[in-house]
Amino acid sequence: MNTTPSPLSKRPQRAHSDAATAFINARIIDPATDRDEAGGLIVRNGLIEDLGPHLRRNAPEGATVVDCKGHVLAPGLIDAQVFAGEPGFEHRETLKTASHAAAAGGVTTMVVMPDTNPVIDQVALVDFIQRRARDNAIVHVHTMAAMTKGLNGEEMTEIGLLKRAGAIAFSNGKRSIANTRVMRNVLLYSRDFGALIVHHTEDPYLSATGSMNSGEVAARLGLSGIPRASETIILERDVRLVEMTSGRYHAATISTADSLAVVRAAKAKSLPVTCGVTINHLTLNENDIGPYRTFFKMRPPLRADADRAAMVEGLASGDIDIIVSSHDPQDADDKRRPFAEATDGAVGLETLLPAALRLHHSGELPLMTILRALTINPAKLLGLHSGRLAKGSIADLIIFDPDEPWVLNKDQLRSRSKNSPFDESKMQGRVMRTVVAGETVYQR
Amino acid sequence: MSLPIQTALMTNAVAKVETLHFPHRHLLTVEGLGVQEIHFLLDLADRFADENRQAGKRHDVLRGRTLINLFFENSTRTQASFEMAGKRLGADVMNMSVATSSVQKGETLIDTAVTLNAMRPDLIVVRHHAAGAVELLSQKVDCSVINAGDGSHQHPTQALLDALTIRRAKGRIEGLTVAICGDILHSRVARSNIILLNTLGARVRLAAPSTLLPAAPERLGAEVFTDMWKAVEGADVVMMLRLQRERMEGSYVPSVREYFHFFGLDHEKLARAKPDAIVMHPGPMNRGVEIASAVADHSSSVIREQVEMGVAARMAVLDALARNLTKR
Repeated sequence: MNTTPSPLSKRPQRAHSDAATAFINARIIDPATDRDEAGGLIVRNGLIEDLGPHLRRNAPEGATVVDCKGHVLAPGLIDAQVFAGEPGFEHRETLKTASHAAAAGGVTTMVVMPDTNPVIDQVALVDFIQRRARDNAIVHVHTMAAMTKGLNGEEMTEIGLLKRAGAIAFSNGKRSIANTRVMRNVLLYSRDFGALIVHHTEDPYLSATGSMNSGEVAARLGLSGIPRASETIILERDVRLVEMTSGRYHAATISTADSLAVVRAAKAKSLPVTCGVTINHLTLNENDIGPYRTFFKMRPPLRADADRAAMVEGLASGDIDIIVSSHDPQDADDKRRPFAEATDGAVGLETLLPAALRLHHSGELPLMTILRALTINPAKLLGLHSGRLAKGSIADLIIFDPDEPWVLNKDQLRSRSKNSPFDESKMQGRVMRTVVAGETVYQR
Repeated sequence: MSLPIQTALMTNAVAKVETLHFPHRHLLTVEGLGVQEIHFLLDLADRFADENRQAGKRHDVLRGRTLINLFFENSTRTQASFEMAGKRLGADVMNMSVATSSVQKGETLIDTAVTLNAMRPDLIVVRHHAAGAVELLSQKVDCSVINAGDGSHQHPTQALLDALTIRRAKGRIEGLTVAICGDILHSRVARSNIILLNTLGARVRLAAPSTLLPAAPERLGAEVFTDMWKAVEGADVVMMLRLQRERMEGSYVPSVREYFHFFGLDHEKLARAKPDAIVMHPGPMNRGVEIASAVADHSSSVIREQVEMGVAARMAVLDALARNLTKR
């Protein structure tokens, strides 16, 4: 009953020329093989034909030569959590605009979430996303299907048929499944199909009225808090259920030191548990909210700096598997409200890499560790063959200058919505070129 | 559980061998029945099955005996089957169903048992929605009790009629591979068949989505599959189970469409079984849910024979138990 997702989103209609492209004079970083060396890489027919130090200055006869100028050549980034808005919220973002934002951010594969209108809970809707992506998106798009009908948390979706149709994993979107029995059955049932369950871990009752992290800052601002335990309670429950069912489980975005400890303990027991963290929870904390800045309002909420530091430490130790942008476009109107009433969410596709590089420049994490959580780790989690630089692999590549300084102006974002918490922030490091299946889709 | 009959009969070495083959007062479960006992019942049933096809089907072994069909849960075919079995053996048969009984007025199960017992019946056939209810009732009465299904626990006469059907179709049971597919979790038919078929030397496989399997299903004595295609591979018998409607829409399986796709018996899946494999279903069938219409009506299907064997198997059980009753 194991079915691999069909690569429909791969833009197969575009014919590749036989001519090779040679990327020379690059610093090649491939976390899958721990490679970090000067060299070059040849692309032909959308695939990586060869790579290594011997190609640093040599290009085959007739090849188009791209001089990387010593910049980093790495696998394209894989973003496992993107809220695209199509269908239903096209005024915020479409698959097309999201894919342009992705390309500009070095993201060559994005996984779109089922929180749309209608919810992606049927085979026909998975087909719809794949068709729209094939026709309009410039990066690979995969669909995360709903695991309960209408994300209602009560009735399972057709996990077997949805997986066969190409759903890459199953999620309940921004909502946790409160009913433990339903969660148990979802984990049990999905196991038969080898399907991955991705869960937002937040107790809906405990978090109901909260708008930011529970603690001193919330107390001073007079805002109702979201306790850390809200996340940990659901995560701990889920780990128990994994122990009981052996279902494949991924905690979508953890945000607290306690959650990290739960995941670490689960991994120590060799349970099929993984987890992700958003770029925001690695680089920002609750103090950034300052005077009620609603662009910093998100779920899970930004936590204290000790929690942020724990997230960094979890990445370093390998207990946190992947980094996601959790790109969540929102209207200016929905953000320009009193903090408690403003919507959650932040765009992040275009700032994913530059923000992550902050951790490199601050010395908190090695560049290799950061890239691993953005390439090969999500590829393995989702069963994708990309995310690595290997002969015969699909040529999803990025070239980036890790050092170029710049300042983000949200009006220049390609995303249809501009709700970036990094607006007017100083950044260091920038994507120079993005290549999807051998084709350059973004170039500065 | 099953109480032995009076000691005098047990130790009577000169008694006819046949009478010693089923020394039980009740039939509450197939658990604990020996191979000889089961084949004794099947042999008896086999003869009744042949006689039932003749004109003169009437026996008088139960003449003067009273049989009560006590059904706390709706059933058409099982109740009719027991009624017919009792009448063909000459018993006076009375049907009591929950809709017309004092249970609706709040009487407890034990009070019902005591009340009925006071009327001095000889045999009571009981179906109840709660596992263990029939055994509880059997402790409070002086007559023989036959379990006609208690919750998700046991349905012994179904297992016997299934074994009889298989034995008649295949000539044997030992060594056969039987794939039981569907809602194992809630199925008394599956639990009874797993035990009985294992006792008789068949190799039992179970196929169901994990949500419809009990905990540690392999401990029941069967090989467990969540992929039905693999479960029916090379099987001699494919036994389908009914999926209750309330379990189809997202609680245990997401939809009828998905269930049928992965667990419904169609000709493609059946082609994986042996060419001469037989298809069984305890009924009533959900066509297009657990079984395709074309398969249900195909020549490999013995579903109608199962109904026929049901009467014969129940006659055998009634006859065997009545032989152990004291003359009153």
